[in-house]
Amino acid sequence: MVASNTRRVVIEPVTRVEGHGKVTIQLDEAGKVAQARLHIVEFRGFERFIQGRPYWEVPVLVQRLCGICPVSHHLAAAKAMDRIVGGEKLTPTAEKVRRLMHYGQFFQSHALHFFHLCSPDLLFGFDADPAIRNVIGVAAKHRELAVQGVMMRKFGQEIIRITAGKKIHGTGAVPGGVNKNVSIAERDELLREVDQMLAWSRGALKIAKDYTVEHLEELRDFGSFTSNHLSLVRDDGALDIYHGGLRAITADGEKIFDHVDYQEYLNYIMEEVRPWSYMKFPFIRSLGPAAGSYRVGPLARINTCDFIDTPEAEAARREFMAVTAGKPNNISMAYHWTRMIELLHAMEKIRDLLHDADLQGTDLLAKGRRRYEAVGLIEAPRGTLFHHYRVNDDDQVVMANLIVSTTNNNEPMNRAVRRVADDYLSGQKITEGLLNRVEVAIRAYDPCLSCATHAMGQMPLKIDLLDSAGNLLDTRSKGTA
Amino acid sequence: MADGMTITIDDRTISAQPGQTVLEAAQAAGIYIPRLCHREGLTPGGACRVCVVLVNGRPQSACTLPVTPGMVVENDSPRMHEHRKRIIEMLFVEGNHFCMFCEKSGNCELQALAYRFGIAAPRYPYQFPRRSVDASHPDIFIDHNRCVLCARCIRASRDLDGKNVFQFVGRGVHKRVGVNARARLVDTDADVSDAAVEACPVGAILKKRVGYAVPVGMRLYDHAPIGADIEAEAKA
Repeated sequence: MVASNTRRVVIEPVTRVEGHGKVTIQLDEAGKVAQARLHIVEFRGFERFIQGRPYWEVPVLVQRLCGICPVSHHLAAAKAMDRIVGGEKLTPTAEKVRRLMHYGQFFQSHALHFFHLCSPDLLFGFDADPAIRNVIGVAAKHRELAVQGVMMRKFGQEIIRITAGKKIHGTGAVPGGVNKNVSIAERDELLREVDQMLAWSRGALKIAKDYTVEHLEELRDFGSFTSNHLSLVRDDGALDIYHGGLRAITADGEKIFDHVDYQEYLNYIMEEVRPWSYMKFPFIRSLGPAAGSYRVGPLARINTCDFIDTPEAEAARREFMAVTAGKPNNISMAYHWTRMIELLHAMEKIRDLLHDADLQGTDLLAKGRRRYEAVGLIEAPRGTLFHHYRVNDDDQVVMANLIVSTTNNNEPMNRAVRRVADDYLSGQKITEGLLNRVEVAIRAYDPCLSCATHAMGQMPLKIDLLDSAGNLLDTRSKGTA
Repeated sequence: MADGMTITIDDRTISAQPGQTVLEAAQAAGIYIPRLCHREGLTPGGACRVCVVLVNGRPQSACTLPVTPGMVVENDSPRMHEHRKRIIEMLFVEGNHFCMFCEKSGNCELQALAYRFGIAAPRYPYQFPRRSVDASHPDIFIDHNRCVLCARCIRASRDLDGKNVFQFVGRGVHKRVGVNARARLVDTDADVSDAAVEACPVGAILKKRVGYAVPVGMRLYDHAPIGADIEAEAKA
């Protein structure tokens, strides 16, 4: 219930994130922050409308959730459907073509976020005039960076085209494998760009690192809070964004669980519904909803993994971990640095894969004992992505549950917003710079709000109508009492 | 050419044989008359109206009309182009055609016609009908959302498979392809090797578990528009 004499600050729309979000900050009578929330106002419904569709259609259908990282959904669904057809042990060619597709997507998505969405904040400062603090401003003042961003994104998109058939919404991954390999000509087309892309990746990593190190004192507390971290790790503890077991650690680095087979994810992860958002709040089951929220994405991955299996990214990881003396880093703004470590890692992987002759193999499909339920997990650019399906005897999907990366980061983003509001908004005049700090904190998580709100028919929605003084005029509820 | 005759199509005089339809005579001369329900080997149906041409000034379906000497046919003119565009657009809004995830994309004759005619979006309102799927058969998937009522499956099952698996039921907007059983395809003698399965021009009757086996770039209409093969023969 909203008390009278309170002020509500609404920031809408939140800019330079993928999708649309809304933030409300509720002030109390003393002008202090009573509550801060990131509202998700988009509404999708994929889990419902894929019911009845044939399972082999799902990897192509569900990627329509998003135009930014559709490959993540394509591959997570394909990994689930691999198990449905009993073909989860992919042929070497199929696994490597899929990995190449995934690294290509990581590369383009991370490059897009860094150069076009977040770099204006880092290059011009949070208080800079919004008229120049945008990608056009970057293009005017740091032309080479804007161009690199475009060219790196293009390179990633070309990898996706070659492996999936199209730059956006391709069909490459099919249940049990892939529908094409990578020809010599296609490989050579990509190889020509590798050295340049590696050089630009190193440059981007340096910008992110230098910025973070220079501003460490300011950033240490900016929208920061301690949290658990979750990601896939390889059997040997290495960072692996395509496949592995689930590992969760506390803010201090204690393992909560490790090498969990993600087919059993429901024993470890639960989701809470809150009436004011379309987006659910996942948490670690053993810790409960209050203490069990966790972060995913670049920061969580670098925190949870034991090492990175490519040399340059591993050296960068060591430098990063040294900042917090080897303990997990809980600084929200450190996402940018870790995102660029992953950018370089993806590029090193792309280089290595392009030299692997298995890409030209012709054994593309695996098949085995048919199953009726399966989970597909992948580390998407924004974090761990869960796809869970049940399929009937007639090959139709009868149940789907998706926990997308941004949903995992729902509670953390709310906490970051609250922290920024506490530190910068309470009792102060509201300036553009202050408002933008809320966005900067959210943007650190690179949220993709369009794909995070895919559920339908389960989410209660409450709309409060308030007058300028914050008095509640009307309220309406949907989906729940 | 003892019994040959000539007809005129768009100011071009071509020879034709008695018993040929206008569509067949045109095709033999390398002239593409757009069509959807027509399929070689099946009795002409005249169902979709995409092949309608003006014969001596009157609209006739080219797939069903036999040639007669001296016919004057208007096929590739701005007004016939516009007329066909409208028919194709109506086919799109009448069903639920979501090319973006349909596995028939790139191999679909309806989609290929839309590309050939430059249809970006239909001018008519989508009807969003409630249609069902029938996944009961172990090897065949039926998605009525994508059915254009071309009757190819009906004709192929009857004439080529000798089975009568499919038949129209209902009238007007309620017309749909029914199966020769109480409700489900699995209760008919349909088989995945039937000509009726192969005959579907859209993604309404599919072989199960084929999906997106053909990569983008190697699909039927990825590189040349529908009808280009017929027109290429004329140039050769």
